[in-house]
Parts: sequence; structure tokens; C-alpha cells
Amino acid sequence: MTHIQTKIGRRAFIRNTSMAGGGLVLGFSWLNSCKPKEAAEMAVLEMPEEWFEMNAFLKIGDNGVVTIMSPNPEIGQNVKTSMPMIVAEELDVDWDNVIVEQAALNTENFTWQVAGGSRSIANGWPALRMAGATARHMLREAAAQAWQVPAAEITTSDGVLHHEASGKSAGYGEMAAAAALLEVPEEVTLKEPSEFKIVGTARKNVDGRKIVTGKPLYGLDVQREGMLIASPVHPPAFGMKLKSFDAEGVKSMPGIRDVFSIKLYDDDYSRGAFDHTAFNELVIVLGETTWQVFQAKKALNVEWEATPDQAFPMTFFGNDIVVNHPAGAENSADHRMQMEELNARTGRVVRKDGDPEAAFRNAAKVVESTYSCPFLAHNTMEPMNFFAHVTEDRAELLGPTQTPEWMEPAVAARLGMPLEKIDIMMTRMGGGFGRRLYGHFLVEAAAISQRVKAPVKLVYTREDDMSQGTYRPAYMATYRAALDADGNMTAFHVRAGGVPESPLFANRFPAGALENYLAEDWTLESNITTGAFRAPRSNFIAGAEQAFLDEVAEAAGKDPIEFRLELLKRAQENPVGENNDYEADRYAGVLELVREKSGWGQDAGGKSRGVSAYFCHDSYVAQVLDVVMEGGKPVVDRVCTAIDCGIVINTDAATNLAEGGAVDGIGHAMYSALTFRDGAPEQTNFDRYRLIRHSEAPKNIDVHFVKNEIDPTGLGEPPFPPVMGALANAMYKATGRRYYNQPFITDKPPLVG
Amino acid sequence: MATYNLNINGKSMEVDADPSTPLLWVLRDHLNLVGTKYGCGIAQCGACTIHLGNTATRSCMLPVSSVGNQEITTIEGLSENGDHPVQQAWLEVDVPQCGYCQAGQIMSAAALLKSNPNPTDADIEGAMNGNICRCGTYVRIKKAIKLAASSSSEA
Repeated sequence: MTHIQTKIGRRAFIRNTSMAGGGLVLGFSWLNSCKPKEAAEMAVLEMPEEWFEMNAFLKIGDNGVVTIMSPNPEIGQNVKTSMPMIVAEELDVDWDNVIVEQAALNTENFTWQVAGGSRSIANGWPALRMAGATARHMLREAAAQAWQVPAAEITTSDGVLHHEASGKSAGYGEMAAAAALLEVPEEVTLKEPSEFKIVGTARKNVDGRKIVTGKPLYGLDVQREGMLIASPVHPPAFGMKLKSFDAEGVKSMPGIRDVFSIKLYDDDYSRGAFDHTAFNELVIVLGETTWQVFQAKKALNVEWEATPDQAFPMTFFGNDIVVNHPAGAENSADHRMQMEELNARTGRVVRKDGDPEAAFRNAAKVVESTYSCPFLAHNTMEPMNFFAHVTEDRAELLGPTQTPEWMEPAVAARLGMPLEKIDIMMTRMGGGFGRRLYGHFLVEAAAISQRVKAPVKLVYTREDDMSQGTYRPAYMATYRAALDADGNMTAFHVRAGGVPESPLFANRFPAGALENYLAEDWTLESNITTGAFRAPRSNFIAGAEQAFLDEVAEAAGKDPIEFRLELLKRAQENPVGENNDYEADRYAGVLELVREKSGWGQDAGGKSRGVSAYFCHDSYVAQVLDVVMEGGKPVVDRVCTAIDCGIVINTDAATNLAEGGAVDGIGHAMYSALTFRDGAPEQTNFDRYRLIRHSEAPKNIDVHFVKNEIDPTGLGEPPFPPVMGALANAMYKATGRRYYNQPFITDKPPLVG
Repeated sequence: MATYNLNINGKSMEVDADPSTPLLWVLRDHLNLVGTKYGCGIAQCGACTIHLGNTATRSCMLPVSSVGNQEITTIEGLSENGDHPVQQAWLEVDVPQCGYCQAGQIMSAAALLKSNPNPTDADIEGAMNGNICRCGTYVRIKKAIKLAASSSSEA
């Protein structure tokens, strides 16, 4: 048993004193409180007469039904099911008696209400366990007082309290009223992982039924009395801004209420890490229905002009930085040329071990390759949108955001209102992938509602969404490896950069496994805005590095898994340097697991295989991918994935996420690209922007988790980056040609002759 | 503006809308049937899929004026109690991640099974290729369609 102090996030466990008289809570759910009839119809369980709030995470009904709040934004990573599972585990209730609700932003009760960095479960783990364990402790205390027996003799099971000696038992619902009045304990006992009954099992998505029956769940589904629709018109290219617009003809179109421009941030506003936007001034069309507004936007006459060189002060997690947007209309062809130039020069040295120059001079063989990838748009299936209703004394915001807490200050600053008057509620999100970390659309919706004094839903068209920036950067990396006459790698050199950031992780594998190591980087400024995209930087560098290691293994005449394991053995037994940010034994563990599960080394039945392994978000993933080429097109027959992310909360949902990561990685490496001409993206919808489709998905995906009792680490992002390397390596086996430039579908060898 | 009497999910519904308004926005904005989703507006992603008669149709480019008295079925009307074999299979396989595209996927799958109760893998890929799932649940979608096909044939 583990005893823990209930200090972390303690405010969440101290009840509002106004509720202490019985702990009765009414109107608990913001969303459902508006529609009690619908809520009642949807509920499968019989509702209690009274609810008793045990802490901010959970309340217990007099009939034993438990409501658990899910604090974090749900973007498809399934935290709305898995976070409450952790609470239910420590509370020790029957999962079938649990109702889950999405919590609103509440910085007093919850910490890290963010869907980012694959941290929801890892960061939530201590508080979620404590929430359940604290309530269980108080229920046992209440029963002890009622039965006049020592609390230590009271056990629980599936929502029932037992006292073996006296034969007494009671459901949680019977003790909830008394328990809710007790003091919050200073210390509670947590279960051992071996005692888990809910964590580590497969539980269905709590929103599954609503999803398959088309119930309103998403920001775009929000409807309110008197609500108007707003949609932005932004410059058609980066490096442009609003000059003037003529709204006269448009204002008389059916359903159109107003056309005006808004400025998002004042010029001297110091933007936070997620406040960035390429287009600070927008023309807004306001109307009654979405279609009317979309039509009016097309008819609007707007003049744009070039921006000068711009510099934006930003506070990036406590550090003051300046982001430069140089003037000019940029082109992908120019980017490529400039990137090649920068990549040919010595960069900024980020890490150097030993004497790599000497090792390369003395090498029997040097392997060198250069890899690249284009910009990508996140393309969440639900385009950016947000609902806002701003009045004199309150701002209500409702919609899809991955960072409600981090956007609240920007909303407050823009509205000129204190934080206490701003309420942000998250809807289920039609995808996130990092795009909704950057919440300028919240600020836009709030500013519009404040101006027009009405409830407003801001809606981006797909074209708006794909052309507004916040892209995955374009990257390039050159790798060199020195081999001695026996095929041992004696030095490793990576030089990497991108527009506008470098993808380099200098302290990741194979750093630590080699005496001689050099990592350099460079950057190229741009006025095209970028942002975190599922596994930022790793989403390129993993595939590049893992494809290169495959080349080196081949040059060394070694099996690619064995080659990696030898390096990891060195990193484990006698690591070079002190800042290596991975655990070599866990890294090797997933490679060994994928070797076993994939049947590596056995006859692949005519299929070509590639392997890859990568560490990010504190988790380890190895993948073996089988491919056959049919008419010049790769058909992925199978992806075998091995993952070490510590304790797995919801096994089937975790498998789903890893399957999706593999499909996503194959899709983006193979098919997707966003290119620029004269500052404008050349793809603004799915007719020209290619996303992976059914027929291109792997035929089979199997996912295997390393079983251990390590506290959970990231899972949303880690299965995505390495599969790109496994794909490149398998395609090499199938075609005899290495694939260096994503998307691989257009990576053709230069014409000869 | 014009008035249209639409036959949606077995009910007659009257709307006033501009004739060019796509059925998608009539459903979502005029009738508050928001299960049918907006994804691209150019019939490339399949999120807006409904049934026109028995045919899976993209509603985002279908002007309301062209619908006439054809039977329209949306995700809300696919079954009375959310128990269509395809919906049940989706729950059994626990297909969704974000879930946004799934109404469109389910409508495409239900139309496929109506015309082809025992589809091959190639049939499924062909019929479902117009429906993008950004989360990458394609393997589960295929599994759920096969499950729905087998449960329907047993029933």
C-alpha cells in the first residue's frame, strides 16, 4: 500500500462551505443543466434524489450512482473515459454505476487542464487517484461512525462498504450524506497496481452512444437562443494584411447583420506561448445562418497590402522572446533552396562528445544522407470554431480548445475583464493534434460577441482553417555516420534545421551510445506561422533518424534490430555524456518485444519489412511494418507496434490510439504536403490536400504493451513519429530505393539522361 | 427565400431557406439536426453523408431546392433507438476516437450494407474511400462493418 499526503491540488478536495449542509449540489453540469429533459433521457442509470459532493472530482448519489468529472479537454485521445477510470479505481466502485461529465475550466480545483504534450494522464495520475482514495476514506469513516467500529476494519468492494466482524454492509449512497460532512483526511492509502480492477482493463468510450447516434457534442453543434454566426476573412497569403474593405453590397445580402473588422491583439500586447496568430486584423461577417455568412464572405470586396518586417514580443513559458516575421511573399521552392544552403554550412553546435572530426577522418566508410519534409496543416475534421456570449459582467465561452487555462488571460486582456468573470467550457473536439493549443479563435469569438452584444458562434470554413497558419514546420536534416573496417559505428553527426524552428533533439538516441557525436542545428525565419503538430519535431526527426540508422546498419552488414540493440547496450552499460534523456533498457525492451511479436527474421511471405524505434513523451515505441508494392503504390499489410508507456489505463482505447498513430504517420509521410506560392498555401481543401484514406490504410495493426508498474507516461503522440521510419525502411526493401523526402508519393529519383 | 417540405427521418419538415442552401446547413442550422457534420463543403471528406432514398449522399453540395420529396435519412433517423446493426457494431468495436467523422462513416457503411450485405475488403474500401477519418480509425471501421454484416445475416 502507498500512503500519500493529500497536499497536491488540495483545494479540489475542500468543499465549498456553502454546500456543507448536506453537500447537496444542484445544476452540477453546465451543459446538461440547460436541457434537463434531454439529460434525463440520455441517462441509462436511474438518477438519485440527491447528490453529495465529495470533492471537485466526484459526487455520489443517495442511490450509489457516482458522477465523476473529467477535467481535461477531450480531443479523441479518450481521456474523458480514462481519467474517470482512475478516480473510479481508487474510489472502488462498479464502473457501470459511473456517469462521466466534462468539467469546465477551474484553475482552483484542477491543474493542467490541457490536452498537450501527451501529459493528461501522466500529470493527472496523482490527483485523480487521490480524489477517489480520499472519498473512499471518508466513506469508510462515515460507516465507522455509524456502526461504531474502527474504520481500519472496514473494507470496500464495488461501491459497497463491509464490516466483516459485525456483518454490516452499506452502499456508498447510504453513507454519502454523512461522508460529505467529514474533514478531508491528511493522508490516504492508494491501491497497489496489482489490486487494480478498472485500470488496465478495456472500457468503452463514455460518449460512444452519443457519437453513433449523432447527438450534439462538438463546438460546431452549439445552438443558443438569439445566437448569430460569425466567420472571418483573413489575408489570402502570409506577408499580407488588411488595407480596406467595401461591405455595402454584402450588408444587404439575406441574413447578413453586419460586416466589420476587428483587431485581435494591441500592438504592444505581449503574446503568450499559445496566443500566436498570423493575421491580427480580420474582416468579420456576421449573420443569421452559416450558409448565408459563407456566401457573403465570397462576395466581399477586400483590399490587402504587404506587411513590413514585423517583430512580436512573446512570453514563452516564462521566457521573453521575440518572434520575427520578415516581409515578403514566400515560396516553397525558395524555402528548399535556402534550407539546402543553411544545411550545407556549419550550424549551432548543440552537443559534442569526443572528437567526431577525427573519427570521420579515420573512417573506413562514411554514410551520409539528407532527409526533408514539407509544411503540414493539422486539418482537424472539425474546423476551428468557438461560441462566446459576452455581457457587461460575464464572458461565457464554450467550444473546442486544448488550452482553456492558457487562453483565459488572452481573452481577459482582450475583453478588459478580470479572469473571474470569464468562464470557459470545453466541448468534445473533432480532433486536436496540437492545432487547438493555439486559441486565437476563442479571443476572436469573445471580441466579436462583446462588440455586437449578442451570443455568437465563430465558424471557420475548411479553406479558412487550412490557410490561416499554425502549420507543422518544414524541416531538413543531414546525417553522417563513420564506420571502421569491422563495421562498427565510430562517430555520428546530425545537422538539422527548419522553417522556422529546428527539429533537433540533441540528447536523444543515439547520443549516449557513441564516443564521438556531434549535433548542430539552424533555423530560417518566416512569416508563415507554425505550431505544435502531434509529437512536434519528433514527427520528422524520428523518421529521418530511423531511416538513416537502417542505412548505417546495412552498410555495417548488421541486422537493423541487432544493430540498434548493440548501441543501446553500450548506452545502458557505459553511457557517453550525462544528459541522455532516455532509458536505454526500456528502449531495448520495445525493440525486443516487437522483434518477438512481429516474427522478425522469419519468412515474411513475400512482404518487405522495415523496423523503427523511438523515444518521446517519456514513452518508447517500436514498430515493424510490412509492405508490398502494387503498381508502384505501397500497400501496408501490417504494422506491429510495441509500446512501453508504463501503466496502461484503458487497454482497448490505448490500442485504438496506437492504431490511429500508425495510420496517421503512414498517411502524412506518404501523402500529405502543404506548399506555398507567393505567400499563399496551394492547398486549401481536401481536393488538393491529400489525407490518407480507407484504401491506403494498413490492412492489419497489432499493438503490444510492455507490462510494468511504472507510473503512466505519454501515449497520444509516441506511436505517430517512428512509423514513418519503418515505412521508409520497408519501402526500401520493396523497391531498392531509399525514400528521403516526404511525402514519399512524390519522392521520385531525378530523371537521368 | 422559398419554403420546402422535406421528408426527413420519416417526418415532414417545413423550412424557409434560400434555394441554393445545401441540405447540410438546412439540417444543421434550420432544423437543429447537428449529427450531420461539416468537414469540407466540397464533398471530399464525407462527414456530411446522409441517405437520399437508399443512397449515401454528401449533403454539403446538395441544394435544398433539388431534394424534392425524396426520403432523407440522417444519423438521427438511422434507427429509432440507436440500435441499427452498424451503430451496434460501432459500439462493440469501440471505433471512434474524436468521433467527428463517425456519423458520416456510419451512414456510408449502412448504405453499403443495404446494397451489398456481404462486402469484401475491396468493396468496403471502395465504398468508404470518400469518408476521411483524421484520427485513423480505418482498421476498426472495416472490422465494425464486417461485424455488422455478419450480425445482420445471422438475424
